[in-house]
Amino acid sequence: MKRDGDRQRTFSRRALILGGAQAFLITGLAARMYYLQIVESEQYKLLADENRINMRLLSPPRGRVLDRRGVELANNQQNYRVVLVAEQTEDVAKTLDALAQIIPIDSYERAKVLREVNRRRSFVPVTVAENLTWEEFARVNVFAPDLAGIQPDIGESRAYPFGETLAHVIGYVGAVSEKDLTGDPLLELPGFRVGKSGVERTREDLLRGKAGVSRVEVNAYGRVIRELNRREGQPGGEVRLSLDAELQSHTMALLAEESAAAVVMDVHSGDILALASTPAFDPQGFNIGLTQQAWADLTSDPRNPLLNKAIAGQYPPGSTFKMIVAMAALDAGVVSPEQKVFCSGHVELGNQRFHCWKRTGHGNVSLVDAIEQSCDVYFYDIAKRVGIDRIAETARQFGLGTATGIEIPAEAQGLIPTRAWKLARIGESWQQGETLVAGIGQGFVLTTPIQLAVMAARIANGGFAVTPRLILDEEDDPGVPAAEPERLAVGREGLELVAEGMRRVSNAPTGTAFGARITDREMALAGKTGTSQVRRISRAERDIRVLRNEELPWEERDHALFVAFAPIDAPRYALSVVVEHGGSGSRAAAPLARDIMTKVQEIERALRKPVAGGNPVQNRESG
Amino acid sequence: MALVDDRRHEMTFFQKVRNTNWFLIILVCLTAGFGLAMLYSVAGGKMDPWASRQSMRFAVGMSLMLFVAFVDIRIWLRLAYPLYAVGLVLLLIVELMGEVGMGAQRWLDLGFFNLQPSEVMKIALVLALARYFHGLTGEDVQRFRWLIVPILMVIAPAGLVLVEPDLGTAVLLIMGAGALFFAAGVLWWKFALVFVAVLGSIPFAWDRLHLYQRERILTLFNPERDPLGAGYQIMQSKIALGSGGLWGKGFLLGTQSHLNFLPEKHSDFIFTTLGEEFGLVGGLILLGLYTTIMIYGFAVAFHARSQFGRLLAVGITSTFFLYIFINIAMVMGLIPVVGVPLPLISWGGSAMVSILIGFGLLLSVYIHRDIPIPRRPGLDPT
Repeated sequence: MKRDGDRQRTFSRRALILGGAQAFLITGLAARMYYLQIVESEQYKLLADENRINMRLLSPPRGRVLDRRGVELANNQQNYRVVLVAEQTEDVAKTLDALAQIIPIDSYERAKVLREVNRRRSFVPVTVAENLTWEEFARVNVFAPDLAGIQPDIGESRAYPFGETLAHVIGYVGAVSEKDLTGDPLLELPGFRVGKSGVERTREDLLRGKAGVSRVEVNAYGRVIRELNRREGQPGGEVRLSLDAELQSHTMALLAEESAAAVVMDVHSGDILALASTPAFDPQGFNIGLTQQAWADLTSDPRNPLLNKAIAGQYPPGSTFKMIVAMAALDAGVVSPEQKVFCSGHVELGNQRFHCWKRTGHGNVSLVDAIEQSCDVYFYDIAKRVGIDRIAETARQFGLGTATGIEIPAEAQGLIPTRAWKLARIGESWQQGETLVAGIGQGFVLTTPIQLAVMAARIANGGFAVTPRLILDEEDDPGVPAAEPERLAVGREGLELVAEGMRRVSNAPTGTAFGARITDREMALAGKTGTSQVRRISRAERDIRVLRNEELPWEERDHALFVAFAPIDAPRYALSVVVEHGGSGSRAAAPLARDIMTKVQEIERALRKPVAGGNPVQNRESG
Repeated sequence: MALVDDRRHEMTFFQKVRNTNWFLIILVCLTAGFGLAMLYSVAGGKMDPWASRQSMRFAVGMSLMLFVAFVDIRIWLRLAYPLYAVGLVLLLIVELMGEVGMGAQRWLDLGFFNLQPSEVMKIALVLALARYFHGLTGEDVQRFRWLIVPILMVIAPAGLVLVEPDLGTAVLLIMGAGALFFAAGVLWWKFALVFVAVLGSIPFAWDRLHLYQRERILTLFNPERDPLGAGYQIMQSKIALGSGGLWGKGFLLGTQSHLNFLPEKHSDFIFTTLGEEFGLVGGLILLGLYTTIMIYGFAVAFHARSQFGRLLAVGITSTFFLYIFINIAMVMGLIPVVGVPLPLISWGGSAMVSILIGFGLLLSVYIHRDIPIPRRPGLDPT
């Protein structure tokens, strides 16, 4: 018993140590629990919420773009597509085979879908086909109940009902790139599109809208269990343009064969009614994504379809510049309206000879005659008298040489040279011969079609500093100026004289554009032709015979220009047309101008005509 | 001394019932009830698939426990070696022909239920070692030659379990046996020797570990090492516990477990769900229940008049402690992830039954605490 007592004492001691050690370890567990659940609890609560709560952005519908009459120029079209949910079907491959009986699925698409299905969790819908026609979509809808896992689905994508016609004005949307990121979480949504050019880009903030947010609870596999709450986004705002879709379509169709630009503008409000540049491109291509070949075709085309020539094409204005020179000379008092200049077909300056376009000369011409017949010698003479700096000053008054501020990106400034400019830029002093060349809108002078339209508008409205307006804000009414434009610092006499000259260009039998006049007296236009040389004619060539445009390669032919306003009595519309390498202004540009000017006035007439009932205008016409 | 009149120590059924420690039984029921509530919760507030079947197993286990408790402690003494032998044979069988489950051979399909021989061994080893040390005098225990046999008795099953491979059970067997050796009075320096030997063999053992076991150990020290694989379990488990805070998110409201961020949420990691839904308070209540049960275990040991009873009680209580400690330390990221369930709480029939049989033996020690058992079993007249 004594020995057993020993054993028991040993046991008791050891058991107490053992129990103590276990109690110590249990206390350690409790301490660890305290550390995790109290000390670090906040951090883990955050992690648990991060685990379970996902923020889903709700992308708002992009705002529409409308023309002045409410026609949709850009909208969102339903994108009919088919998605596959792998967990709802037993055999993905078999389902795809069955679907292929209903809508075409090529082997490449099929492989892509199978790859995607394997990569994603089985409840994530995978897009099988997109942009289906209504007919195909309807077929899928009919068969969908028999196709496990196949779901017809309607998404939204940007659409441009007018396609190429408005590509340069509306621009296009494309995938978000690094430099587009501004911190707006919407931009990080896969598949989100932002405006990349045109109005889509300048009014991006308005068109985009505000993202909505849906907070959802997800499980460990990412499956949505329920929506916790939702804040609806704000749909994108509408943008209304001053453009007239009908006129724009007509203009683009007229220019379609050429590499050309045309701008139609309201001379009072500055509303841009048409802004055309050809050739154009399909804006939808950028939305879906261009193929490498399509991109190469666009960039290598010598007619440069991606350039909006109406605002970014810079051309020597040629004879369309003569109104500026005339007004500068009159305001400077270096010439009087009646004073005549003799044109022998050329003038000499030092040992240089400057030619008139008419080799035989115009004889004695006054200012109005000179505009009507576009006599170069007359303008050589008065340009020499007034000097380049005064010409430049007047040109600036009429909007040349500076950006007009039209609300789409990438506008070019053009160039109106001065003595100071040449010294600073080229480092040489100005030569008088250069003044003569500038006097007929050649040499350093460069203008954009929209600047020429502004110039024509300011002549037509009697010298008011109207500026182009492409986007109509909420408080703007089409055709009504937002604010009374300022008067330009030019003499009224000069304005009236050049307007008279322009009237005669198109309406006097000796005018350079008489062949392209509008015969309807109420719609008749006043204009000015321009033919700007893009090559230097050598003396040797002049001695034999100046080659005709048709004999030259396309890129060496002259640019054909025309500026105009109409109707002549109470001008409302100003216009500029530039046909790159089109030949002479009177033959290539004036007829286009006539057609466009006729169209814009026909549209106006049709709009003025009421749907029913008597109207004085209608009565007069029918009578 | 050896010729004790055993008839004097025969107890009637009524005496046994009166002698039974009913408070311990109530504690066990409370703990198991807590476990059933958690299984109900992790199933998303449903009895199926876990809570209903687990409650049936608990009922079976309770009956077995009471049956074991009422069997005379001397019969258990006599059955100790045979049961150990049966356990060893079962382990050999499972090694040779066991079904492959969980990447390891652990089950024997007996038709009506799957038997885990390692669970049988957890009880049988404690019984056998208690039986062995019961027969040694205080001096014998201090002699190395008397320790060769019990060391082999531990190494044989532990080795078989380790090659299954089931690191958790092997550790449980070895450390449980260690506690018994210690209580039996094996000299301190011998434990120090073993400790040094174990440290020395770590590099060798590392080479022998399965890739997933190495991965688990490495992940313990740096859970971010593999946030989608082994580290994911520990990370998500800590998030669940930590986000529970003081009072928890409420019953059935644990987001981590209900949204499936927790793996093994019904078995080895069930404590995290408990911590998430009931917070620190819930966790401490469970630890309190466990601790009270363990105190009763030690109290039983101190009350027993036989060395066999004392060692059996300490061995079972220590094994119970090891379950708790390894499991909770594991889910809190203190030790590597090894497959050890939370006793009375985790889903699993074999573990539940073996633990309840263990408590049955503990109760048997208590009920028969006043029966002295002679050191030399050969002199036992029965």
